[in-house]
Amino acid sequence: MLEVKDLHVTVEGKEILKGLSLTINAGEVHAIMGPNGAGKSTLSSVIAGKEGYEVTSGSITFEGQDVLEMEVEERAQAGLLLGFQHPVEIPGVKNIYLLKSALNTQRAARGEGEMPAPEFLKLIKEKIAEMQMDASFLQRSVNEGFSGGEKKRNEILQMLVLQPKLAMLDEIDSGLDIDALRVVADGVNSLRAEDRGILLVTHYQRLLDYIVPDHVHVLIDGRIAKSGDAELARELESRGYDWVLEESAA
Amino acid sequence: MSEETQRFLDRLAEFRAGRLETRGQEPTWIAARRQAGAARFEAMGFPTRRDEAWKYTDVRAIARGDFALAEDAEFSQAGAAALTLPIDAHRLTFVDGVFAPALSWLDDLPAGVSLVPLSAALEENHEAVGGPLGRLTGVEFSPFSALNTAFMEEGAVLRLAPGTVVEKPIILQFLSRNGAQPVMSHPRILVQAGGRSQATLVEHHVGEEEAANFTNLVEEIILERNAILTHYKLQEAPLADLHVASIHVEQARDSRYTSFNLNLGGALVRTDLISELNGENATCDFYGLFYGQGRQHVDSHTLANHNAPHTFSNENYKGILDDRAHGVFNGKVVVKRDSQKIEGFQSNANLLLSDRAEIDAKPELEIYADDVKCSHGTTTGQLDEEAIYALRSRGIDRQTARGLLTLAFAGEVLEEVNLDAIAERVELAVAGKLPERFNLAGLVEAAVAMGDE
Repeated sequence: MLEVKDLHVTVEGKEILKGLSLTINAGEVHAIMGPNGAGKSTLSSVIAGKEGYEVTSGSITFEGQDVLEMEVEERAQAGLLLGFQHPVEIPGVKNIYLLKSALNTQRAARGEGEMPAPEFLKLIKEKIAEMQMDASFLQRSVNEGFSGGEKKRNEILQMLVLQPKLAMLDEIDSGLDIDALRVVADGVNSLRAEDRGILLVTHYQRLLDYIVPDHVHVLIDGRIAKSGDAELARELESRGYDWVLEESAA
Repeated sequence: MSEETQRFLDRLAEFRAGRLETRGQEPTWIAARRQAGAARFEAMGFPTRRDEAWKYTDVRAIARGDFALAEDAEFSQAGAAALTLPIDAHRLTFVDGVFAPALSWLDDLPAGVSLVPLSAALEENHEAVGGPLGRLTGVEFSPFSALNTAFMEEGAVLRLAPGTVVEKPIILQFLSRNGAQPVMSHPRILVQAGGRSQATLVEHHVGEEEAANFTNLVEEIILERNAILTHYKLQEAPLADLHVASIHVEQARDSRYTSFNLNLGGALVRTDLISELNGENATCDFYGLFYGQGRQHVDSHTLANHNAPHTFSNENYKGILDDRAHGVFNGKVVVKRDSQKIEGFQSNANLLLSDRAEIDAKPELEIYADDVKCSHGTTTGQLDEEAIYALRSRGIDRQTARGLLTLAFAGEVLEEVNLDAIAERVELAVAGKLPERFNLAGLVEAAVAMGDE
């Protein structure tokens, strides 16, 4: 589904990713862990097309398409969606407007017509209940005045409505209390499907108690230093990152 | 006298001679005012940028023009239908200033409402028109009001009997034609809203794409006690049209005037909007939105005169300027001595979509009373690139994302617009075709109601 090959990325002249390779197949949940500054968020940002990142070499393909040649909106329409660590506030654009127009834009890209209003309302009702959000959130401006936890729920709500093929979640657990974390994790788990890939970027193993990944990768100094299964995450929790660094240097 | 002023005076002489020949003598008061207008215009000439009120607006495009007067109101039904707002309404249409009965609809006017072209009102009872006409906007107001008075011929007279509530909007539609020669028109609108009357007036300026005409409008609106008038001025004139409007409102006690000054079209646009708050509890709300692109120049001057205590004015103007467009906002609140306990709020925010767009904003307060609540402010900014990215990351293309954020910026004004057909025109002009109607009010209500089940 997603193939990242020998990716080198610089930000403001500084090399952050130094030859990262990663393959995600449909049906798999991958977690990228690593110490601060290792380049975890850079990877998902580059895949989603955020500005300010220069890809100096390497490639990213998604279902055979060259992702780096696609516009930001084309990536989203193709089913690549990033849930942000710091979702921005968009004053004046109502949440329900964003959901409806994003959904219909995606449908249009697939050659489908608009979703009829009653069907859309039914869908929304189901999804906001799942995220334990109040319906009043729909008429508020996107993220404006939302608490940290509400913003994160809102990101997952967008995922649930838009049903991406590859959902990337950047530090979705940061700033969440345990109750909010459960709701967010349940939302992500409900996205698990045979035809969908999920990429979690996280600093803490805690999230992975709720969303158990199939593959765990340790990102150190711009490269994947070690890969394993969920057990690796638990090992990192108890031993820290230094041993991985030593092992990979050896 | 300049050559330019002389050209307009020559036109006036031709117009008066032609009029005399076809229609004979007109009532002496009209002839006298025409004369006064001509004399005043001759003395002042067109304003220059040395005049404080015209510091940022250069009217040479008008002064140097050679405009004829339209002789007929021919306009294809299909062409007009494409321009007309899809609103069930009472409607008067003017083509280049000439009344067009075939494009008007007055059949179901309710009792207590009189809506007639100025020419018909004069024919019927010219003295009844002569009293109020020109009382608020005299020839001294500006060279343009003087010119309008000299040329006045056609327009609309709306009278609401006390207690009349008009359900459907009343539309005054002004169509600009793409003719062999540019034309000018000097429409005159007179509204007399009796006590406790209530109506929505929509003034719609629109036309054929290539038209390049000059409209010089003077509008006087008189609200008696407790009258309520909502006035939409949707200016979507062709992009080469020249448009000057002087609107003067007089408000008695407990009256409420709400203005939507929505400017999307025109090459050179100047609007003066003045309300005289003459009785306690009179309230005016000025909402404005101007959107300029290319080399459009849009100038809005507003003035709220608090002539009595316990009067209220509230203003919110949003300016959006792209390309090399130039916007001017001048909002003034004047509180007379002894006008205590008034409230005057004013806000102006501008969004520059390009580096070469320009805005000159000047809020002014003149207060001669000591127990008042007033505030004013103006800001200018640009679109938030992070928000554009956030929208694009959900599949919305860049152009639409910019359009959405631009509409969001105008939100405080657009949310007050209660006529969908007008809100849609603004959305289309500002954001292009959207994946969804921006104002999903109905859907939101449905969704919220659903959550309450």
